[in-house]
Order: sequence, then structure tokens, then C-alpha cells
Amino acid sequence: MAVTTSTVRVVLPLHLRRLAEVDGEVALPVEGHVTQRAILDALEATYPVLAGLTRDRATARRRPLVRFFACGEDLSNEDPDALLPEAVATGAEPYMVVGSMAGG
Amino acid sequence: MSGVRILVGTRKGAFVLTSDGARKDWRVSGPHFPGWEIYHVKGSSVDPNRIYASQTSGWFGQVIQRSDDGGETWAPVGGDFSYASPTGDHLWYDGTPKPWVFTRVWHLEPSLTDPDTVLAGVEDAAMFRSTDGGNTWSELTGLRDHHTAPQWAPGAGGLGAHTIIQDPANPGRIYTAISAAGVFRSDDDGTSWRPMNQGLVSEGIPEADAEVGHCVHRIALHPSRPETLFMQKHWDVMRSDDGGQNWREVSGNLPSDFGFPIDVHAHEPDTVFVIPITSDSEHFPPEGKLRVYRSRSGGDEWEPMTKGLPQENCYVNIFRDAMCVDQMDPCGIYFGTTGGQIYGSNDGGESWNAIVQNLPSVYSVEVQTLP
Repeated sequence: MAVTTSTVRVVLPLHLRRLAEVDGEVALPVEGHVTQRAILDALEATYPVLAGLTRDRATARRRPLVRFFACGEDLSNEDPDALLPEAVATGAEPYMVVGSMAGG
Repeated sequence: MSGVRILVGTRKGAFVLTSDGARKDWRVSGPHFPGWEIYHVKGSSVDPNRIYASQTSGWFGQVIQRSDDGGETWAPVGGDFSYASPTGDHLWYDGTPKPWVFTRVWHLEPSLTDPDTVLAGVEDAAMFRSTDGGNTWSELTGLRDHHTAPQWAPGAGGLGAHTIIQDPANPGRIYTAISAAGVFRSDDDGTSWRPMNQGLVSEGIPEADAEVGHCVHRIALHPSRPETLFMQKHWDVMRSDDGGQNWREVSGNLPSDFGFPIDVHAHEPDTVFVIPITSDSEHFPPEGKLRVYRSRSGGDEWEPMTKGLPQENCYVNIFRDAMCVDQMDPCGIYFGTTGGQIYGSNDGGESWNAIVQNLPSVYSVEVQTLP
């Protein structure tokens, strides 16, 4: 059976956009099920400089002060292998990587 | 020599300050990497255009930046500092065991012979080496695997390997200092390490003269006399004349022997600079007077250098990596403060000027003397 590829829109915070040298949101091809892990895998494959900056390199656990939002929901503590809403998979809604409101 | 280039790491970015040999007029560029904490920026002595920077963030973690054109442009290189062997535990603040966790790179020390080789001292305390210009990093596991490591406990800023010195006369000899474990020396290019803390006395630990556990803030040596080391400890200014095997106190007449940075004059191996801080409870200069103290006798006898420095209402701190000397004649000395000032002296410390003010809190200051 052919594996489908979705084009997911991802919004990155300023510091990660600068490192990746992109403006605005990025469009990432995600093969198969659209999950948080699949999106972040695609993000790091496309922009290797971002490896380890949203999640731990060894454990893949989310960095404590990074949050993941989509469709008005905070998905930060959800199962990274759970399917994301159809609107994210179709590109109707972006997947957002957000730096927590903290610090000075 | 054509001039100097000062590399400044701050709480909110990096800055590069350049001047000609007179060191009176300065050009300031930056912030580079705005918004990121820049723990350390240091250039290669082999290729001054090669500069490494440790860019870190509580949000996004660690990035190493590299410039190949003297700080004009930068590119991120490798930021993977995965410990090479299973991590054990060190002591946490409450005395309980805590597993090693990489947090950030505190200090980058380029090789004395190869611009592509650089050492990194990290928190939680360990040392890494890159031999490909910072693209990939390998841990020198002998430090973290030292048999005393389970006894190491973090200082207030974390369990950081913050100082790295390569002995120019003895290839393969490396010193590191860890807060709060102490000084360690390797004589086999980082493979194995020995504590070098004999003579240190620290009242803040249960056994004052323990083999490890001392909060060493900074060590320095002069290349022409590498067996002699100077140390600013949490309290006490110390000196060793046998490569760190034995230390004796040389605090002498300092108004306070607490402080962070220490450095040695470029051309006078017995001339040493420190910046006294009131105490570990009051991280600001005694009496609100910012004074660099100079000893021309290798310690014990100190004189204040105050001309051009604020002598009232000054309550900044100077971090451990935030003072350095250039190789010009007369020797230049530079330091940065938590208040965002970079002060410089182009006459061996006799007089000072604020090169720039109102930067973010300064974490590190290094200088390159340009050919």
C-alpha cells in the first residue's frame, strides 16, 4: 500500500526561524501518519540545525520550556505518536512550536 | 601587531569590539545571536579568524557557532553533547544523588596547534573535544568517570567545568576547574585526570581540605612559566609552583579574597590581576568601589588600580570568564561586568576606560591580539 505524504504547516518561534534561516511558517512533507513525532522528525530532517532544540536528542522528550499547539489546543503533554487533527494533516491549520512564556 | 579584537559573551547575545594597536577607539558589532545566552566566545591562536561561540538557551538548549572570518559571519555547527558512557550520579544541593544531565557549554578552548580542534567544558561537569571545527563532539570520559565524581556537587551556578588551560610547554597537559569539585589535571591529553587540590582549604565543605569539593572559580598561568598557576577560589587567592600539586594562599592584603576572575600579565609572569568582591553573600565590590588589584610579586602584595573605574555606588559583579589580557606592549587588560560595561586598560592596569556601556550582563570576555 502506498504511503501518503502530507504537507504540514509548522510555525516556529523567532530563535528557531533564525537558526533555520527561514521566514514565516515552513511547509514540511510528512510521510504516513501525521503525529507530533513525525512532524518533529521531518523538521529535524529538513533543518538539522534544529536537532535537539525542541526535544531531547536521546530521549525525544519535549524540552521543558517548549510547547506544541495546534487547532487552539495545547498538545505539549499528549502522546507524541497520537494522530493529530485532520486539519493539521491537510495543512488547514498549522502546528505551532512555541517558546514558553517565562524568564527575562 | 595590528590591533585587538575583544569577544564578548552576554546574557542576550555576543559582541565583537575591535581597535587598532593604540586601543583607544573601538568599533562595536553585535548583538550576534540576539536573545541567546552566550556563555563563551574564543578564537583560535593558530588562526585568529576562527572563532567559536557557545550559544545556549533555557528554552532551546545548546548551539555551537563558528566564524571563519573573524566574527563577521557565523554558522551553527554541532550541538550534540551526548555523554559517551552511562552516566552515574553526582551530589545534588540537598545531598541526594542526581544523574548527570547535559545543560550547556560553559567554556570553549581552541587547540594551541590546530584550528579545527577545540575543547568544551560543560555542565553537568564533563569535557568534550571536537577535531572537525565543532561539527561533532566526543567526550573525554576520564573526567566524568573519575572515581571522585559521585562526590561532586554543583556550585550556585551549576556543576560546570568552567576553566580549561592547555599547557603550552607540555603537550598533552590540560587543566580544568569545576565548581564545586576543584582542579583536575591530565598529562595524557585528556584521557585520565588527577585532582590537584592539595593545600586548598574551604570552610563551606564538611572536610575543609578534602581531595575534591572545592569551589575553584578560575585558574590562570603564564605561558613562559607554566608550572606556576594562580587561582581565584570561592574564598582565597592561591598559587602553585609545581603544576597544581600543591597550593598556598597569596591573598595578602586584598580587601576581600572572594572573587571570580584572575589573570596574568602578558609579559610579566609575576604580575597578576584580580577583582575583589565583597563576599559570597554580597556579589559586588567592597565599599561600592570597582578596583582591579594588581600584584607584581606573584601574590601576597596587592595594589588597587582605580583610575577611570567607578569609586562610588558601583554594585556590579565580574564573572569568572570575564577578564583577559592582550599580548600588546604595554599589556592591555579587559573585563566585563554584570552591569554591561566593558572596561579596558591599555597601560597594564594603570588607567581604565569604559569601552562600551549598557550591554546585557557580561558572561565572558576574551581578546585576540591580531597579527
